[in-house]
Amino acid sequence: MSLLGGLLVFLLFVQGGQSMLGSLSREEDEKKLLVNVLGRKWEYTFTTLVTFGGAFFASFPLFYSTSFGGAYWAWMILLFCFVLQAVSYEFQSKPGNIFGPRVYRTFLFLNGVIGTFLLGVLVATFFTGSQFTVGKGNIAGLGTSGAIISQWQNPLHGLESLFNLRNLSLGFAVLFLARTQASLFFVNRLRHEKLEQRSRKFVLYNGVPFLLFFLVFLIWTLFDEGYAVDPVTKVVSLEEMKYLHNFTDMPWILVLFILGVAAVLYGTFKTVFSPRFRKGIWFTGAGTIIVVTMLLLIAGYNNTAYYPSSIDLQSSLTLENSSSSEFTLTAMAVVSLFVPVVIGYIIYAWGALEKKKLGMEELDTDGNAY
Amino acid sequence: MDMLSISTVNWARAQFALTAGYHWIFVPLTIGLALIMAIMETIYVKTGEEKWKHTTRFWQKIFGINFAIGIATGIILEFQFGTNWSNYSWFVGDIFGAPLAIEGIIAFFLEATFVTIMFFGWNRVSKKTHLLSTWLVFTGATLSAFWILVANAWMQYPIGMEFNPDTVRNEMVDFWAVVLSPVAYNKFLHAVFSCWAVGASFVAGVSAWYLLKKQHVEFAIQSLRIGSLVGLVGFVMLAVTGDGSAYQVAQKQPMKLAAMEGLYEGREGAGLSAFGILNPNKTAYNDEVKPYILNVEIPKLLSFLAYRDQNAFVPGVKDIIDGGYTLPDGTTALSFEERKARGEKAIQALADHMVARKEGRAADVASHEAILRENYAHFGYGYLETGVDLIPDIPLTYYSFHLMVMIGIFFILFFMVVLYYLYKKKMSNTGWLQYVALWSIPLSFLAAQLGWIVAEVGRQPWTIQDILPVEISASAVSAGNIITTFILFTLIFTGLLAAEIAIMVKQIKKGPASLSTENHTGQ
Repeated sequence: MSLLGGLLVFLLFVQGGQSMLGSLSREEDEKKLLVNVLGRKWEYTFTTLVTFGGAFFASFPLFYSTSFGGAYWAWMILLFCFVLQAVSYEFQSKPGNIFGPRVYRTFLFLNGVIGTFLLGVLVATFFTGSQFTVGKGNIAGLGTSGAIISQWQNPLHGLESLFNLRNLSLGFAVLFLARTQASLFFVNRLRHEKLEQRSRKFVLYNGVPFLLFFLVFLIWTLFDEGYAVDPVTKVVSLEEMKYLHNFTDMPWILVLFILGVAAVLYGTFKTVFSPRFRKGIWFTGAGTIIVVTMLLLIAGYNNTAYYPSSIDLQSSLTLENSSSSEFTLTAMAVVSLFVPVVIGYIIYAWGALEKKKLGMEELDTDGNAY
Repeated sequence: MDMLSISTVNWARAQFALTAGYHWIFVPLTIGLALIMAIMETIYVKTGEEKWKHTTRFWQKIFGINFAIGIATGIILEFQFGTNWSNYSWFVGDIFGAPLAIEGIIAFFLEATFVTIMFFGWNRVSKKTHLLSTWLVFTGATLSAFWILVANAWMQYPIGMEFNPDTVRNEMVDFWAVVLSPVAYNKFLHAVFSCWAVGASFVAGVSAWYLLKKQHVEFAIQSLRIGSLVGLVGFVMLAVTGDGSAYQVAQKQPMKLAAMEGLYEGREGAGLSAFGILNPNKTAYNDEVKPYILNVEIPKLLSFLAYRDQNAFVPGVKDIIDGGYTLPDGTTALSFEERKARGEKAIQALADHMVARKEGRAADVASHEAILRENYAHFGYGYLETGVDLIPDIPLTYYSFHLMVMIGIFFILFFMVVLYYLYKKKMSNTGWLQYVALWSIPLSFLAAQLGWIVAEVGRQPWTIQDILPVEISASAVSAGNIITTFILFTLIFTGLLAAEIAIMVKQIKKGPASLSTENHTGQ
């Protein structure tokens, strides 16, 4: 699951790109080129998000039911903006699209900004906690609040997470990371001098804010209280510097995390400072996958409640109390053997379509432009 | 249950039905067109004739317009089990989540990856690779239908699981029982052939429009040939798999069958209602009012179709509530009251079990668990009030079912006639048949929607047959929130549907000729 999360954040570069369609391009042609270079990749992000939902359902049904049914508005808004994205590539330049290209590009922009930001905020709640209760006896008539097992206790249904500065800092970090990656992707993929120059600048303009917001979130999280689970009694309690302890207790995660951060920074700043360097996206992309994966691992491993409830500690979700049965997890593990096959053909397809970089001419000859 | 939560449940149902309904406008067209395109491209690769390439690419263009909106409505559904049905998600997520995850890993990525090659790869990969990609898009879409229908079938016929009172949920114990359930493969085949049918009627209708306009005649005839063959196969197979599905319904969901047929009082050697008008004055299942104003019946056919025995007893609504008749396995059917009592016993045993576990009374834990297991098959009945709660909306189910069947029969005849006229080379100057083809497009979409209404309305009040009613399945979100998202969904989906139709109409008016020049001039 953590790896899937990592991949998802990497693939958010599509959203990052969407968020700067307007600011990066000066002319209509340039805009069209950007739309098309992203438009050949958007399905991957989208499919990963869908699979992320399905995999969470299969592996951690209690998370699926508590978070989606509870933080209702946060998820709904996130999904809405992905719905808008899905049609926008195909529809925007087609005659008869009713709302006009400007509206569809606004949809792409909204998806780029809200999609990344909200996802960051929601992931931050894995560390900062949410306001829900879980009572497995409710369905049998135990408890006093009806038959529903998990209940959100804040009427804003997820939007309250926007009032937490630490959540916001991760939201902004993910937004700027996505934009940094998008800039790196453009540098790598486009054969268009002006856009490439501007993209390099955008790497810097977005890389620095990303770094600042990310450091705020990271330092705050490492030194603040975390949600620890007693391995014997299963009682959840607050522990000072819990997430820092998780790093020191599991040094291999810390090492990988630092390597990941290093790769992100190397890819970013090498692109800024050496004008011929085009491979930044590979370093930053791989680094992003590792960093996010490790971050999600310290949220749940080492006796930690990965989806904590801040108002009722004992309702917090742990890997153990919210996961599927061993039988189902085994079945899912067998299915995961397909993942290398999937990755294999994605690499093939990516390679087959990306032998040539994308310039203005290919838009005409490939026969299917957005 | 208080009023608020009933309205929450109903709005949650409405919102889910809205999304699923919209989703099922686009998905059948996606799968059906994918097959038709793949066949056309195969002919192109085999014969090397450019005209088949243009035909393929025209339909690919239409496919592209439709594809995105299908997955846009799909992403909502993937999460809606959690947002709208959180209790359900925990209670059965251990079984239900797996097919969804498998769908993502095995099917969606296949589809999403090769669709990019299909769209952008014409000049970047070899002919054969491109053809393979088109077939893989069709395969991916079909596989995804398979896994989601496995999930749906499991709700209608829960097997391969065991209730675990410690985790308070159902857990999977037999993966293959879930995947190979007879309900699942009948449903899957029925749904997939309905996609062929919808795609084919769409292609036939659009082609007929060109014939009416006397434009692109060769292209239209080519498309019609493939479309009609796929259509005939699709609709004939719909009849075959529909029979299989109805047989499963008779065994596993007798109340749904009774609703489909408007059958209030069971009979031996029951006839199938071929055409009928229900009596609106019938207000209670056990009043003496006749159920029909008009009913044209085919004698003994219902018994035969439902139990493969023309004299078998088919229970009606009243029998299912009152019990007392003999089930196919030889046992006597329990009344609703009896099942309710057993369901309540099971729920109470679960509560007692949890308390005993907490207080560490091992002997009690075991005895309560035994009571629970003994009565678990009736668990959901414990949440219902009266026998009337068991009855789905009969007029809606009845009319949906009958209209769907009539449309299906119409299309079998229609495609046979079209194929005959194509064979006689008279299609291009038979105006009336071209009009029929054009105006039949909405009928196939309608039939697909009606089929799902029968399947889903007909199984009410159950989310999981006999185990979990909808009232207990929802999320703890107030109705106001769901109404807001319901309105938002309605606006967005309707707007997008309008845009899709408008874009398609423009594209169809431009016609296939525009594509042959497009390679050189760009768009």
